Amino acid sequence: MTTDKNSQNKKIDKRFDDKIIQLSHGDGGIKTGELISNLLLGYFGNEILDKLEDSAVINCSGNKIAYTTDSFVVDPIFFPGGDIGKLSICGTINDLMTTGCVPIALSLSFILEEGFRVSDFKKILSSIKNTVNDNGLRIATGDTKVVGKGSADKIFINTSGIGIINNNINLSPRRIKAGDKILINGGIAEHGIAILGSRKEFNFKSSIKSDCASLFSLVKDMLSVSKKIHALRDVTRGGLASILFEMSGASGYGIKIYENEIPIKKEVLGICQFLGLDPLYIANEGKMIVFVDNKDTDRVLNIMKKNEYGKDSRIIGEVTEKYEKSTAGKKSYKGNVVLITRLGTIRILDLQYCEQLPRIC
Amino acid sequence: MNSSIEELILSLTGNKTGRRINIMEVCGTHTMAISRYGLRQLIPETINLISGPGCPVCVTPAMDIDLILEITKQYEVSLFTFGDMLRVPGTESSLYLKKAEGRDINICYSPLDALDYARKNPDRKVIFLAIGFETTIPLTAVIVKRAYLEKITNFYIFNTHKLIPEALELLVNDKEIKIDAFLCPGHVSAIIGSEPYKFLADKFGIPCVISGFEPEDILQSIVMILEQIKKETSEIEIQYKRVVREEGNPSAVKLIYEIFDKSDSTWRGLGNIPGSGLKLKEKFSRFDARIRFPVKKIKSAEPAGCECGNVLKGIKKPFECRLFSKTCRPESPVGPCMISSEGSCAAYYKYERELKNIKV
Repeated sequence: MTTDKNSQNKKIDKRFDDKIIQLSHGDGGIKTGELISNLLLGYFGNEILDKLEDSAVINCSGNKIAYTTDSFVVDPIFFPGGDIGKLSICGTINDLMTTGCVPIALSLSFILEEGFRVSDFKKILSSIKNTVNDNGLRIATGDTKVVGKGSADKIFINTSGIGIINNNINLSPRRIKAGDKILINGGIAEHGIAILGSRKEFNFKSSIKSDCASLFSLVKDMLSVSKKIHALRDVTRGGLASILFEMSGASGYGIKIYENEIPIKKEVLGICQFLGLDPLYIANEGKMIVFVDNKDTDRVLNIMKKNEYGKDSRIIGEVTEKYEKSTAGKKSYKGNVVLITRLGTIRILDLQYCEQLPRIC
Repeated sequence: MNSSIEELILSLTGNKTGRRINIMEVCGTHTMAISRYGLRQLIPETINLISGPGCPVCVTPAMDIDLILEITKQYEVSLFTFGDMLRVPGTESSLYLKKAEGRDINICYSPLDALDYARKNPDRKVIFLAIGFETTIPLTAVIVKRAYLEKITNFYIFNTHKLIPEALELLVNDKEIKIDAFLCPGHVSAIIGSEPYKFLADKFGIPCVISGFEPEDILQSIVMILEQIKKETSEIEIQYKRVVREEGNPSAVKLIYEIFDKSDSTWRGLGNIPGSGLKLKEKFSRFDARIRFPVKKIKSAEPAGCECGNVLKGIKKPFECRLFSKTCRPESPVGPCMISSEGSCAAYYKYERELKNIKV
């Protein structure tokens, strides 16, 4: 028994040999992938966790339950378009919605720093209350811890959420197939740029607001018009490119998207160009990519455009063939995503390898 | 496709001179744009775009990283630098790893942030690791001048600035490298203008075009180069006229030489190039971190098997290095050309390495 454990630990040590945690272990890129696949799955891997989806789907006495958790450390805690409270609730709901479930309850835990202003805390609590109420939800359980000054930065939030999935609904990257169209519900990179613009170290002013929003109603609308939606994914940390890469890896299919079709505000693009950032890798907090059978594309697109959070929805690309060779360098990351540039040339998209911006959500 | 691009490609393919033409770009932003927009897919194969020493992070020798690491180890200092510099490996470690271990190493987006920190924290000794070509040198000059005028005593720079024209002279004198033309960096010329390149056209007969950074700019610049080659002329032309003037920005140049004198400088891969660096004038030498924080000589070594030197000279393409995409990848880089977001190995890796395997 002990020898088994030892050899397992040795295997993990070999697969994950970094000596200290670096910021890039949390950026949604290659290093994060290594941490999750080689270290965490090494300890905890099982048939549910191994899928690494936004929400786990668990069978519970014949019912399908969606179950997710998330932590929020965004800096600053108040930003144009939202705050850490609204972000935590929307982020949790959106993770649940990728399963097509009806969310039923949330948990909420705070880690507070000694000296944090109660007036700010109240503002956050009220923002949480509004977001929870707007979505017809309840906080069912919670926890609070306070740590000494400097041991945390003002406030960190952890959440979890559960939902019930109708037995007819089955959304998963594994259902993606060649010819599926890929849709997105609006402009990319707004959350990341809004956060950046509100940080002191960046001396620029912009009118860009975070897209932070609950996509509960949008997903409900989409599912009401089509049974051929194959998969949904919340496009957060790592940005559109990283999420597409993960979807390609999980499905085994190649993905092709078109630069000219990707919605992005002019101002967002301008700021990205000025700062040398690639908007395809910048975080969103109210964007969903939708993989839908070509036959139902128009129907889904039309209903998305009617929703408040889908007015600028576009078809950005399609699923190509099953691929044999991955575009990423190492076998542990699979995926094959290409971008057709505005010049008509091909550009490979893969996981990023160094954080563009830490503490974005 | 954009119609202006289409016209440009037509004029490129119609402009065959019948031989292979080597055009070197010496700016990381050009390198990235060429790879990112897949410009090699658009131009005829006879036009060979090669990347030169255009990324300041890439040409910083391991010795400089080792020195600054040693300073942060031996002295209580707060170090500020640009994000790209953090991951460059010295002989044994990098600023990024030392930062994670708790050393006071900070990313700044402007050198002014470093000076500001020094003003607000008079009890800390603050070093700005100054890096870059002519584009960023005036900013460093500004903060040194301000620190001098404000009599700030806890602020220093660790200067690794380098000058582009002097490096180009070394490259054209190297028999191993055959360069038919240069695509010159627009941002550098926004400061120095076109005059400092004139010797390339007059003495070496090499056409140069100062180019902007959009893919359309680069394609148009290549057309301008080909037209010169066709006409058998060599001139310094400005394509990036919306930003660059022939005389550059004389007051910025004046400011540089108010603070600095030209000096020799060591470039990774190219070695020592006379007159290609800058050192603080005597009057400002008290801001020099190398003088204020002496450390004993360190045995520095470039990583074994790394071909960054040949890549920087354009002798080898990134994928011709044995380490490329094997042991040297962006998440575990060996050489600086893979680390810097504007390094040519990073550009090839990120955008072009698997193109031949892609079915679209």
